[in-house]
Amino acid sequence: MADNSNTRVVVGMSGGVDSSVTAYLLKQQGYDVVGVFMKNWDDTDENGVCTATEDYKDVAKVASEIGIPYYSVNFEKEYWDRVFTYFLNEYKKGRTPDPDVICNKEIKFRAFLDYALDLGADYIATGHYARLQRDADGHNHLLRGSDDNKDQTYFLSQLSAEQLDRVMFPLGDMPKPKVREIAKEAGLATAEKKDSMGICFIGEKNFKSFLSNYLPATPGKMMTFDGEVKGNHDGLMYYTIGQRKGLGIGGDGKDNRPWFVVGKDLSKNILYVGKGYENKHLYADYLEASDIFWINDIADRGNDFRCTAQFRYRQKDVGVTVHLNDDGKSLRVDFDDPARAVTPGQAVVFYDGDECLGSAIIDAAYQDDKELQYI
Amino acid sequence: MTEIYLDNAATTPMDKNVLDDMYDKMQNVYGNASTLYSIGRKAHTVLEDSRDIIANSINAKPDEIIFTSGGSESDNTAILQTAEARKNLGNHIITTAIEHEAVLKPLAYLEEQGFKVTYLPVDETGVISLDDFKDALDDDTILVTIMTANNEVGSHMPIHEIGEILKDHQAWFHTDAVQAYGLLDIDVNEDHIDLLSTSAHKINGPKMTGFLYRRTGVDFPSFVKGGDQEKKRRAGTENIPAISGFATAVSQITPELKHELHDRYYGFKHQIINALNDNDIDFVVNGTVEDNPVQHVFNIWIKGIASDIILANLDLEGIAISAGSACTAGNIEPSHVLMAMFGNDTNRSSQSIRISFGKFTTDSEIDAFTTALVKVIKRIKKVD
Repeated sequence: MADNSNTRVVVGMSGGVDSSVTAYLLKQQGYDVVGVFMKNWDDTDENGVCTATEDYKDVAKVASEIGIPYYSVNFEKEYWDRVFTYFLNEYKKGRTPDPDVICNKEIKFRAFLDYALDLGADYIATGHYARLQRDADGHNHLLRGSDDNKDQTYFLSQLSAEQLDRVMFPLGDMPKPKVREIAKEAGLATAEKKDSMGICFIGEKNFKSFLSNYLPATPGKMMTFDGEVKGNHDGLMYYTIGQRKGLGIGGDGKDNRPWFVVGKDLSKNILYVGKGYENKHLYADYLEASDIFWINDIADRGNDFRCTAQFRYRQKDVGVTVHLNDDGKSLRVDFDDPARAVTPGQAVVFYDGDECLGSAIIDAAYQDDKELQYI
Repeated sequence: MTEIYLDNAATTPMDKNVLDDMYDKMQNVYGNASTLYSIGRKAHTVLEDSRDIIANSINAKPDEIIFTSGGSESDNTAILQTAEARKNLGNHIITTAIEHEAVLKPLAYLEEQGFKVTYLPVDETGVISLDDFKDALDDDTILVTIMTANNEVGSHMPIHEIGEILKDHQAWFHTDAVQAYGLLDIDVNEDHIDLLSTSAHKINGPKMTGFLYRRTGVDFPSFVKGGDQEKKRRAGTENIPAISGFATAVSQITPELKHELHDRYYGFKHQIINALNDNDIDFVVNGTVEDNPVQHVFNIWIKGIASDIILANLDLEGIAISAGSACTAGNIEPSHVLMAMFGNDTNRSSQSIRISFGKFTTDSEIDAFTTALVKVIKRIKKVD
């Protein structure tokens, strides 16, 4: 085995099983491993209970089990400035943002990477399910994790090749059950800890009440595109395109198909609802997106190229043709088949086979060359 | 990896003589000092011999020494029980902005109970002004609690002058001497001190052990209620091995050793200052090096680098220093002491580190520390 003892790897440890096993595996491989817990959000409740404190205890336990030093770093300010402010602004614009994409780009693989380099790190490692391939020219390619259910390249799609230069993803080749198995065999304290759910700062809390602490909700009418009022909504920001749950309207006896959110009009404060999963207002032929980010240069693909795209997490990618606009700041994605619930604010992530090429943020979806009323 | 321990203001390693003595007492003196048979009397003898040694170290009488679980209990007792005993004489207490939490938290509690507390500001050297103190003092003042030496920046308060002012005033004078005891000469009579807190583990003794000095006539109900130990001033069976170890630690400290350590620590500070200057490191000392009786605490602002990253880097090199105090999830909170000295300059309070020396600290350890510190700073600042 190669002597890795002079290679320092700083592992971002969240107190979960994935990052615990990440640190464990690297330590087994003989690296000089240092665990670091990132505190990005102060969620101390009225009883003084803070999940970060509990998670840090787990980091401490696992780190002592593995035999590595561990520290904590506070990025609350960076997170607020670079991620949360963006998150709120997107909601204010009537869009549905993806803070985890920005968190990875700005915090985990920027602020944290800088911190790790200050600690003398050669690499940072995280428990993400993704793989890296370094080609002959030294370029890094980001590949999907081999566990299809767990692949997280969607959230990593705005990392630069330079950032990836300094990264290791030891779990990329592994199915999730294997990770649990390793944790159990190694006797790690987090072996049975359940996976965290949802957006990191909201955790398991009620999303509606969380958001209402930061943004004023303006209730308004819930209606069909035919002008029929079906009820009231609690504030447009609480709804996302294609959503079924929480509308509170039932069948009318003739047509018992469920109701879905099929549009929004921020200027009139109207939430549009329509019947049926396959409601026609939910289907787009193409989308427009900006904030484009390519992991590696894509010039050799030309301005119009074929690839696949995923426009939300945990969705099967679909065949598309990408058209780069001349301004270089926006692009159009034509779907081979109409795509359902293409949501402004979400990332559209491009793939060539297993390779994640990069992503852009969706601005608008179109049907028959008409913009869908989604904002 | 070699360990270099430079956080002696947090705690100190135990002295070999203390360990030997405690081991002996744990094996051989297990009796309860309050019992009347010979096994108990043996424990009682050790307890009272220890009390004599300790009383003598501050020019107090033996029955003015109350053994406690350490600095925090001593501070809590002095403050809360004085308020309890003297609430009919007034409701005003004077302290400083840079006391230890073991003083500030009980005072915050008393404020909730309706007491008025004046927090004297400090100047940029971490010292209060006597004029401010005189202005704050009034007929309602029942307690003045001012630390002898600050734990973060090593500033030395004008204890003697405060004692002089208070000797004809009703207020009792308490000083938290946890960072001063064993390093500075303390004479409770010369300084007119009524109450004084100490801790054994700061002077190479055991943890969870300390004493509260209380002048004869300074009476208050016991903080820990229960048995009649410590002349009814502190309930609980005395921890004889720890108290004996404390006395052993105290008896190791001769006046000569104090002076020698003072000079040695002063030399360490200059060794560090010179090394930083030689390497063009941008830093400022927080507190005073020259003409300061407190030399074991050294606090420096490394401009532009958060203290937590320096601490982590040095830890990876096996070197222990500190900064501020850890709060939630291992994060460091900006120091209230530095904020009091320099205003809300958050850079200065979050970029400062504390190095504190002990009697086992060597020249070569200081060299290794400065080499590592310079290396880390240069790496972070990306200079060669």
